[in-house]
Amino acid sequence: MTKIKSLDELRKRKEQLEHRMEIRDKSDHPESLVQIKVAMATCGIASGARTVMNALVEKIKKEKVPAIVTQTGCMGYCYAEPTVEVKKPGQDPIVFSYVDVKKAEEIIDKYILNNELLDGILPANYQTI
Amino acid sequence: MYKMQLLVCGGTGCRASASAKIVEKLNESLKAHGLDEDAQVVTTGCFGFCEKGPIVKVIPDNTFYTEVQPEDAEEIVAEHILKGRKVGRLLYENPETQEHVSDSKHMGFYQKQMRIALKNCGVIDPENIDEYIARDGYSALAQVISDLTPQQAIDLLKQSGLRGRGGAGFPTGLKWEITSKFTSDQKYVVCNADEGDPGAFMDRSILEGDPNAVIEAMAICGYCIGANKGLIYIRAEYPLAIRRLRIAIQQARDYGLLGDNILGTDFSFDMELRYGAGAFVCGEETALIASMEGNRGEPRVKPPFPAEDGYLHKPTVVNNVETFANVPVIFLKGPEWFSSIGTEKSKGTKVFALAGKINNVGLIEVPMGITLREIIYEIGGGIKNGKKFKAVQTGGPSGGCLTEKHLDTPIDFDSLVAAGSMMGSGGMIVMDEDDCMVSIAKFYLEFIVEESCGKCTPCRVGNKRMLEILEKICKGKGSMEDLDHLRNFANVIKDTALCGLGQTSPNPVLSTLDNFYDEYLAHVKDKKCYAKKCKDLATYTIIPEVCTGCTVCAKNCPVEAITGERRQPHFINQDKCIRCGVCYTKCKFNAILVQ
Repeated sequence: MTKIKSLDELRKRKEQLEHRMEIRDKSDHPESLVQIKVAMATCGIASGARTVMNALVEKIKKEKVPAIVTQTGCMGYCYAEPTVEVKKPGQDPIVFSYVDVKKAEEIIDKYILNNELLDGILPANYQTI
Repeated sequence: MYKMQLLVCGGTGCRASASAKIVEKLNESLKAHGLDEDAQVVTTGCFGFCEKGPIVKVIPDNTFYTEVQPEDAEEIVAEHILKGRKVGRLLYENPETQEHVSDSKHMGFYQKQMRIALKNCGVIDPENIDEYIARDGYSALAQVISDLTPQQAIDLLKQSGLRGRGGAGFPTGLKWEITSKFTSDQKYVVCNADEGDPGAFMDRSILEGDPNAVIEAMAICGYCIGANKGLIYIRAEYPLAIRRLRIAIQQARDYGLLGDNILGTDFSFDMELRYGAGAFVCGEETALIASMEGNRGEPRVKPPFPAEDGYLHKPTVVNNVETFANVPVIFLKGPEWFSSIGTEKSKGTKVFALAGKINNVGLIEVPMGITLREIIYEIGGGIKNGKKFKAVQTGGPSGGCLTEKHLDTPIDFDSLVAAGSMMGSGGMIVMDEDDCMVSIAKFYLEFIVEESCGKCTPCRVGNKRMLEILEKICKGKGSMEDLDHLRNFANVIKDTALCGLGQTSPNPVLSTLDNFYDEYLAHVKDKKCYAKKCKDLATYTIIPEVCTGCTVCAKNCPVEAITGERRQPHFINQDKCIRCGVCYTKCKFNAILVQ
């Protein structure tokens, strides 16, 4: 271990380490963050949901987007996998279909950060309890 | 980059229920499913909800699994981590609605809590200093030693209104200031981790869950008072806390956060551990210092206070673990933030160890000024088995009991003293209608008699005499004069004992006499213990209509006091009966009546 020799070095060290705790800090107030759920049932994984999820996680980390990514089970849209549900605080969730890495980045850039809607939104045909 | 993390409680309670095995199994399952790069298992400190341990918390979705067994690990990984389906049967069930609650934020146990001293417990890995640094660890120390003079730092602490969490509630900033004023070639910072109250485990949990916070605060204290040496006096019965402290101290040294010229300044500070053998009196600061010096753990007359004449006769600050755990946050968030929490004279929060006849046994941290009702019924989930609340003992053997009439009193240092109890270190033992208050007072006195160091007569002899009177009363041989004697003894001991242990030792007797005088009367006059706890006052009889004559009681009676023909109601000979209660526990037909 290298020694920390000044206040600045401690700050730098903290910045390097922050991401380790980020996920835990965020989970403390999930309702105030954008919640992204990737459907990771067998059908989703087979259609590439894992790569999509990795891309989402990487981008959120890189651009410090106030969002958390979790996985869920099958949403029932097996024909349109991979599907990603995005819920902004205080809004109804929106489900995007046929998401690939490119689309995942678009979701963050356009919908999450700029409120623009994209093609491929599945109509909400269910109620959650 | 991990997408998910599984936080597993590594406190003593959950480890006793095989949480280390759970960690092992979780790691195995993650590997088997090829998820070991997606999800990380982290061992943390105590989550506080010991009643439902072992706890596993999955983040980022904040799912709180309770009573997890090692065999459940595979299901958590296969269902939750792989497929995103929560394992319903391991979720906490709201006892009122029978609904599963997955997010700990929505559990009654956590809703009223405010975690300052415990902010990292259950969040970080206590054996990894990096996680502490990532949560602003050592930033307070860095700021204090680079930007503030010792006096400025002390002034901030005084403004915050922090009072000692060990029991008496002495203002911490003032203690540091007094010690800083004495000049000496050497001064010491001592952390009192000799937690001895029956039922209290908050200091242990802080040291197990966030040892670096205490180390950082001790270094800040060292800078403020001009000491370069710290000592933690910890009982040898806390092996896990000791292990984690050792790791934390070593890691801090490796980073140069302890040692010479910390962060390039002139300030140097290092520390070591001292082990106590578990004597209750060594929690008293002068006895603690004597024990650290290698002498018999006995208190001495104050003044001079340790601030002037402490360890090796040098000026010494002695603070409790929880007091130290509050210090770094105060410097990070400012004294105004801290003093905005709590009541007028007691600022901040207090950690309580909730134990006894309560549904949610565990460790809680609540803002000062919360009521007992909120703690017992909202956080604690009410009394076990739907019984009636009777009293709660705060402050352990030095405190007293609070009853139904105190349920809505805001709790702080001063209100508890006014109610005849004290904050103490924060043990809270809840009692229900089945508890006999005379026996409770006797229990605490037995503890005191066992733990009295014997240096002063009032404590050594007086408590012994009081215990004898209580034993007499519990045997049904007490008289009204005995009750007067008890009160006299108590007052004399209170006024004349040498140290805090002795002066407060009669408190349980006095407060039960004040609040439950009718129970004492029942024992003395009617020779009855209505809680059925004092065996010598119980009579066992057989209800003839219910007895089937199965002869089980007669066979098990050790003194052959039960007679009767097979298939005919039996009979207990009261002259022979020794009131052992075996017949009561053995009878399958509830035919034995205890009165």
